Amino acid sequence: MAGPSTMTFDVAAVRRQFPILFEIIDGRPVHYLDNGASAQTPLAVLDAVRIYETTSRANVLRGVHRLAERATELYETARADVARFLGVQPMEIVFTGGCTAAINLVSYAYGQLLKRGDRILISELEHHSNIVPWQLLRQRSGIEIDVLPVTIDGQIDLGALPRLLSSQTRLVSLAHVSNVTGALLDVRKVVEAAKAVGARVMLDGAQRAPHGPLDLYALGVDFYVFAGHKAYGPNGVGVLWAKPELLDAMPPFHGGGSMIGRVTLAETTWAPPPRRFEAGTPPIGPAIGLGTACNWMAALDWTATHDHEMGLVQRVLDGLQKIDGTQILGPASLQNRYPVVSFMLDGVHPHDVAQTLDSFGVAVRAGHHCAQPLMDRFDLDGTTRVSIAPYNDNADIDALLTGVRHAANTLR
Amino acid sequence: MSDELYQARIVALAKSKAGAGKLAHPTKSARRDNPLCGDRVTIDVRLDDGKIAEIAHQVRGCLLCQASAVALASSAVGRDASGVAALRHDAERAIGREAGKAHAPFDAFEPVASHKSRHECVLLPFEALQDALS
Repeated sequence: MAGPSTMTFDVAAVRRQFPILFEIIDGRPVHYLDNGASAQTPLAVLDAVRIYETTSRANVLRGVHRLAERATELYETARADVARFLGVQPMEIVFTGGCTAAINLVSYAYGQLLKRGDRILISELEHHSNIVPWQLLRQRSGIEIDVLPVTIDGQIDLGALPRLLSSQTRLVSLAHVSNVTGALLDVRKVVEAAKAVGARVMLDGAQRAPHGPLDLYALGVDFYVFAGHKAYGPNGVGVLWAKPELLDAMPPFHGGGSMIGRVTLAETTWAPPPRRFEAGTPPIGPAIGLGTACNWMAALDWTATHDHEMGLVQRVLDGLQKIDGTQILGPASLQNRYPVVSFMLDGVHPHDVAQTLDSFGVAVRAGHHCAQPLMDRFDLDGTTRVSIAPYNDNADIDALLTGVRHAANTLR
Repeated sequence: MSDELYQARIVALAKSKAGAGKLAHPTKSARRDNPLCGDRVTIDVRLDDGKIAEIAHQVRGCLLCQASAVALASSAVGRDASGVAALRHDAERAIGREAGKAHAPFDAFEPVASHKSRHECVLLPFEALQDALS
């Protein structure tokens, strides 16, 4: 199917920037549709990391020598690049070890400001990384966790907000886009309801950030987190953005070098944010790569890119519908969704679907997707998940559909 | 190729569902989950003088896990814990974790040897049974 964007979106030009897409494995081209787990990295990002490692490698902030100055400049430029991508100020950006690390930072540092009986609202479709840190906080400090249910088409049921929000709710922490169903959260509705009771809002943007720049001030949220490796950046880096007054109010998560004002053996004062939350040597090269990845994303025409991605989603939905015994877990249409599609094939376990697809050169993810409560909600062993990036094309989807048909014909 | 992995013997074992279900009066039961993939195996056994007199399995998992549970259930009756351990060695030989030639029915799993990410699928029923016997 030719999506409406094919006139303006040059997928071949995008693909040329990703050398891994031209790998041949066992005589077959790679059809990489596991972007929700880890996206691929363009040459611009690889070059940025290589240039840092080969011309400017040193620790940041602490040295007076030229390499240290270069490294610090590149690192702080990356912070500004990420900030511009999110529509915020650089000093509001904290580099972390990943998205999970960013949520844990908030659960610990913001959690220090909470008291027994305070409540946090999450949903049934959250990734484990947006569930377990709050359970750990509950064990530490006696907060309570409330859970928004999920609708039959895999969206967070915001109709339950009035019932589950209360004056004790301090934080609403939800996936901006579900890593299983692809459903897009109605952020405005969440923010309005949360503000009405004085609660803060955090979005897990791991699946949203790879699909274009954001304007966090306009969204009206208080915390935003995402992962570098899902956003065409290197592994080992993630981002926490928070409103300045929250960063100022939060105590450190980790203690160590760089996060201090003054250390004596009796006591320590903290550096201002973002350094307060970047103890030790940060992931310098990965952060520099992520800054470049944000610039790479920002340079795309996202109206055309989104049309291209959603054209591929439609191709997946149409193709699966023609295969007997397939069911979609998630929105059935293109409305309120991003390019993540989960499906089940009756009589064939998702791992067997994925293994079959691998033999066609198609990389997908199968299983519970670190969202076991969502699997429990639908009484599923797991799903097979297709997650799409701008460099995917019709050939990727056609290989996927050929593989699913083969699994349907041979494994049941 | 997955066609090499999903050979007829493995598919046939899984589809036979031999031994699938629950025992009315198990002596012991055990459940094992694979936290990475979410596969779950529950094994019921009725023991007679330390040996397996009856066995049944419930698998929520992939075809390999189902096939392995069937193969295990078809071979386990009359064995005690050490006898089951011997079967496991056979399975480990089939998937290349131990040297030597595997015997039927576990030799059916030889195509799994080159798919290391799927070894645990074959071994999960053994884990559950060994828990039940411990």
